[in-house]
Amino acid sequence: MVVPMDAPDPAISHPRDRLALIEVTALTKRFGSVAAVEDVSFSVFQGELFGFLGPNGAGKTTTINMLTGLARPDSGKFVVSGLDCTMNPKTAQHLIGVVPDESNLYPELSGFDNLCFCASLYGMCRLERRDRARSLLAMFGLEDASDRKFGVYSRGMKRKLTIAAGIIHQPEILFLDEPTTGIDVASARQIRQLIAGLHDAGTTIFLTTHYIEEAERLCERIAFIVQGRLVRIDTVANLLQPIQERKAILISVTNTVDDLHGKLAAAFPHFDFQAVSDGQIRVESEDTINISPLVRLIEDQGVEVTEARQLKPSLEDVFVRVSGIELEAMRKEKEKSGGGSA
Amino acid sequence: MKRWIAFWNIVTKDMRAYYLKPPNISWGLIFPLAWTGMFFIRSGSGLDSVPTLLPGVIAISILFGTTSLLAVTVTFEKKSRSFERLLLAPIPLELLMLAKTSGAILFGVVNAFVPILLALFLADLSEVSWITVVLANLMIAISSTFLGLFIAVSVSEVFEAQTFSNFFRFPMIFLCGLFFPISALPVFLRPLSYLFPLTYGADILHGAIHAQSVFPLGLNFSIIAGFCILLFYLSIRNINSKWIM
Repeated sequence: MVVPMDAPDPAISHPRDRLALIEVTALTKRFGSVAAVEDVSFSVFQGELFGFLGPNGAGKTTTINMLTGLARPDSGKFVVSGLDCTMNPKTAQHLIGVVPDESNLYPELSGFDNLCFCASLYGMCRLERRDRARSLLAMFGLEDASDRKFGVYSRGMKRKLTIAAGIIHQPEILFLDEPTTGIDVASARQIRQLIAGLHDAGTTIFLTTHYIEEAERLCERIAFIVQGRLVRIDTVANLLQPIQERKAILISVTNTVDDLHGKLAAAFPHFDFQAVSDGQIRVESEDTINISPLVRLIEDQGVEVTEARQLKPSLEDVFVRVSGIELEAMRKEKEKSGGGSA
Repeated sequence: MKRWIAFWNIVTKDMRAYYLKPPNISWGLIFPLAWTGMFFIRSGSGLDSVPTLLPGVIAISILFGTTSLLAVTVTFEKKSRSFERLLLAPIPLELLMLAKTSGAILFGVVNAFVPILLALFLADLSEVSWITVVLANLMIAISSTFLGLFIAVSVSEVFEAQTFSNFFRFPMIFLCGLFFPISALPVFLRPLSYLFPLTYGADILHGAIHAQSVFPLGLNFSIIAGFCILLFYLSIRNINSKWIM
């Protein structure tokens, strides 16, 4: 029996009830004839963990670059913390922290010196920056490596120190660009915990990622961007709601026989059957799916069933629906970019 | 105040990370020594030639010291994307670039004193106007550094920066009146000489060290200051158009 998942908790305040810290209106950026970002509008609210999702090359980094002052929009407008930064992003740079998609600290400086230097860029005095650097090194578990040069850090350590450098001046808004891409599973998990901790502490976070599970786990609201255009923006609960109404199970088998699908479809006309891969059958329905008769019918055909499990509706399914991008393409990107999958 | 904390820390970080590294210290010492030795030996006129060769050796030491290091450090930081950290800092771009170039300017001034210290042991320099020499060294260092900056922000690879630097530096050795007067150049080359700031810096040094300048002191300082402003302005414009796209 497939049990529907819980509906969103109405007691949790919607992010829109809070003050908008980032307001983007019709932002557009072109590189030659290619529209990297086109007519993008959204708001990020105070204390929110906002996910900006899309495949590689969708326009995520270009959007961050425009919002942080590393790129100029061709048209549109953006306001950060009430300050119109479209023409002069410097006006809000003291309010934001940026963790780029590459760990770009200074390889010849130690972890401690890197943090102190980054703090000095925000005008922090010597004592203040040394204290803050020490506390961040402790918070990120890098105390033992504080005197080692950044250049010899492992990829996960580099990522952690880069995040620490992004929050050294305690920014109101933190931009995180692909924070877990290309690092091992354990480090990615630690970084996700750190991000959740920063969010709990009240930092507004703008997170870009192409790991859909990561965004689902961390974010309150998510915007999907595909080929420079926003295709959907909503809370995770609202995004999931339509697909939660459709039940799905996955049946694993060791062998198969001719026309198994035809026989299943004839016996259960209200269900949709799909061969996901060799040895896996996906069953979907608007109604409750009772597993026992299905398994019995399959076994009666001489096919051995090894597992039958309910599939939890995921943002990946939502993304495929709204973007039309095949999951396979996203998976290939994940494989290419390393092991930091959620 | 906060901006100056950032400014000072960028300067000291660059000094520690680049300029005070043993290879660069040795480059800063060996290079002027080599130039000094080469020109004194080649002149063949013994220690009497020290005052006439000194302005050229000082200028060339500053030129190569500043442009070499700045072209590498800025281009390298841009390539490794650590320069983005500076662009994201809440300090004006002009102040940021002044901070990035201050280390190279200091390095250039220090370089200039290597041949001067040597010359003090070899020749009578009692007639030298030291204040003018120091000011000229500073102006040559600033203009050469800004030339290095202009080169660094015009290219994307370190090797391109070095190649592009040489495109300017080697002609400057011969065209800027360092070791022989501009009047000794073929007529068609002379106008080129006046397109380089080093010509005016070297002329100030010739006047201060052995009283043989072509232009009035004030005019030389004004022109070299004009070059500094122009090169800095062009560099900032290039950063704005190429690096903040």
